[in-house]
Amino acid sequence: MAKTWQAPLAAFDAAAARARCLGYRRRILDISQRVGALHAAPAFSCMEMADVIYHGLMRRGNPTEFHDLFLMSKGHGCMTQYVILEELGILASAELERYCTAEGILGAHPDRGNPGIEASTGSLGHGLGIAVGMAYAERLKRSDRQVYVMLSDGELQEGSSWEAAMMAGNLRLDNLNLFLDLNDFSGLERMSETHTAFYPVREKFEAFGWEALAVNGHDAQAVHAAAAARRGQRPFALIGKTVKGRGVAFMENVPIWHYRSPNKEEYAIAIRDLAEVSS
Amino acid sequence: MRNTFAQTFYEAAREDPRLCVVVADISPAGAMDKLRTEFPERFINTGVAEQIMIGMCAGMALRGLKPFAYTIATFALFRPFEFVRDDLCYQNLPVTVVGIGGGVTYSTLGATHHAQEDVAIACAVPNLRVIAPCDPAETRAATRWCIAQEQGPVYLRLGKAGEPDLSSGAADPFEFGKLRFLKRGADLCILGYGPALKVALQIAERAQPRGVSASVVSVHTLKPLDEAGIAAVLTSHRRVVVLEEMAPRGGLGDAVKRIAWDSQSRCRIECFSLQDEFIHCYGKHEELLAAHGFSPAAILRKLDM
Repeated sequence: MAKTWQAPLAAFDAAAARARCLGYRRRILDISQRVGALHAAPAFSCMEMADVIYHGLMRRGNPTEFHDLFLMSKGHGCMTQYVILEELGILASAELERYCTAEGILGAHPDRGNPGIEASTGSLGHGLGIAVGMAYAERLKRSDRQVYVMLSDGELQEGSSWEAAMMAGNLRLDNLNLFLDLNDFSGLERMSETHTAFYPVREKFEAFGWEALAVNGHDAQAVHAAAAARRGQRPFALIGKTVKGRGVAFMENVPIWHYRSPNKEEYAIAIRDLAEVSS
Repeated sequence: MRNTFAQTFYEAAREDPRLCVVVADISPAGAMDKLRTEFPERFINTGVAEQIMIGMCAGMALRGLKPFAYTIATFALFRPFEFVRDDLCYQNLPVTVVGIGGGVTYSTLGATHHAQEDVAIACAVPNLRVIAPCDPAETRAATRWCIAQEQGPVYLRLGKAGEPDLSSGAADPFEFGKLRFLKRGADLCILGYGPALKVALQIAERAQPRGVSASVVSVHTLKPLDEAGIAAVLTSHRRVVVLEEMAPRGGLGDAVKRIAWDSQSRCRIECFSLQDEFIHCYGKHEELLAAHGFSPAAILRKLDM
């Protein structure tokens, strides 16, 4: 079977990606001041990978939707998706202003039907299975659509994720692209210390018939290059080594920021110290 | 019922390329094997993995296909329950979950294979419609309805094999969401669903020589329940008997009593169901029903017939 599609290698501007991600982080911190909790740290860890997917990999069908499909399986990372969709003009800024209010449409997990949201996720371990079904349907329809799905390492502890990974390998879904936000933290603790059998990860995907590559998930250029160079004929997993809370020093690798919003003083420090992230 | 479902589905799948079946390691009975041979891409076996069976159905429905998930009822609904709830029902996707062997049909396999709470659980989930046909002919009609609809998820509870014809003399055709009178009477009304309705016809037969005219109703659609129809039954009959091969809580019996209370009915209502327990009995289906106190003899005795 021929490779269905390859991203243009030269078309991705990593400097522009860094600038965009700086803007996304600032926007999320701003919104954090209006709500009690918004999962900032898990949004920051998957940010560069999500930006590469939207800006460097997915093809746009028309101004309001993409030809390819993206699922935020780690639903609690949706703040990243929201600010990217806002920047792309798909999601209205007014909706982000109404985030998590009864007047708005956006909650702390993606809800199908909202602009740019393909599936309702939030319960972990669901997105990959849905993505497998989508990729299979696109194959049946002889469509060239690619399916992209962002998973957290924590949700790979769900058995359902491995049922889906195994099935994707069985079906040799070459139009399925998994991006793994390997930030080493589930909600409670550091997985490499408490759940050591979870590692190694790349080899597990390879054993299930996937093509898998590990890169620095905050290096947009490396993420794009790895995804664009996939060989095809098999499902593809890009394992992005990331830092939970990346971009705000006091949030990095500190579990409380999985959920908590910064207070006024913390917000001021975060905004003051915010800088472009390249690795 | 299993073979009728397979034949009906196969006939429709030949016409509609969007129809797919996703099974979890269940042998393709009857025409399902023909489907597998003729349309191998549309017969997907996830293996012994029910969460991906439901997850795949959700993804396929999101991309415009019409998938049916198909396996033994306990593994179609209980094992992947949160996937049925979140992936199918929360997103309101047109996927039919077919549960084979509702109740204690798998009578030699133990309670791990008894779907004795499935109707109560399925009816509790928003957006999920619940259908339990009583015989092969009704299975055909229900399957056709599931194939034609595009509104949202359905739990289709079937028996297995060898169910007798109960509906060929029915007064009404199958209509989704409506009571179906298999027999019209005036004094006693027996409401039920699934193959358990066989007992209802026996009760009606026993009642006749005693001068009691009995209605027998297939309540094939458990959700949305035909509440107006049931209220009318409670008005037009002096005595109502509810039969269900299901747990005693959260099923049709409770619903009929609630409707009776809300409509200030003075009708006498007697409910028969499986017991609220796991039984450790292995044998024929009838023997399992008897162990649950749900045999025709036990029911007739309690009804004093």
